[in-house]
Amino acid sequence: MIWELELVIYIFILISAIVALEVKDLLVAVVMMTIFSFLMALLFVAMGAIDVGFTEAVIGAGVTGLFFVAALYKTSRKTND
Amino acid sequence: MKRHFESPIVLLGARLLSPYIMVFGWYVIFHGHYSPGGGFQGGALLAASVLLIRVAGGAHLGNLQIKEWVNNPIAAIGVLIYFGTGLVAALAGGYFLDYGELPIPGVEAAWLRYIGILIIEVGIGLTVMAVLVMIYDNIVTGEDND
Repeated sequence: MIWELELVIYIFILISAIVALEVKDLLVAVVMMTIFSFLMALLFVAMGAIDVGFTEAVIGAGVTGLFFVAALYKTSRKTND
Repeated sequence: MKRHFESPIVLLGARLLSPYIMVFGWYVIFHGHYSPGGGFQGGALLAASVLLIRVAGGAHLGNLQIKEWVNNPIAAIGVLIYFGTGLVAALAGGYFLDYGELPIPGVEAAWLRYIGILIIEVGIGLTVMAVLVMIYDNIVTGEDND
């Protein structure tokens, strides 16, 4: 429960979320979402919920990013909007 | 994957990393009683180690490790392990999933609960691994060639 560490994690979460929403290249968006997920796992662990943080790190940062990359290879890489 | 490039460095890294992830997945499953983790997280780690080989080496090399048609029976076997343990406990005189009533002779109730939770978590891990690998295979192969 070091509040400076949590503040830094919050700032990085905001930056990665905004970049993931605004960027045109979808592969960058997927990587940013993976970073968002991993930082959320760090935040869960810092708050004491180790089990939730473990699940978030494995599913959000590992498997879901892989699924999104595999889906990107089947579709287009640029957004239309 | 259709447009994958053979890269020996990436493949070597994936081959080096994948067995350790798999061992860590089994460690998480087997230590699920008294530490963070359990069947779901361990199964997701097992799936991550399988998917790493599939991404790095392509469909042919991934099929050498776990074939595509094996996923469906493994998922069903995991569910059967879970449900069968609960049903055996129910038939032996307890409630459904009452591990203390499992009919293993010569073991007291505390160890029976320990073993019951272990069996159930192995079933959960197998199902989660098989379903995640199945989702990846269905994404990659698509719907036009089945």
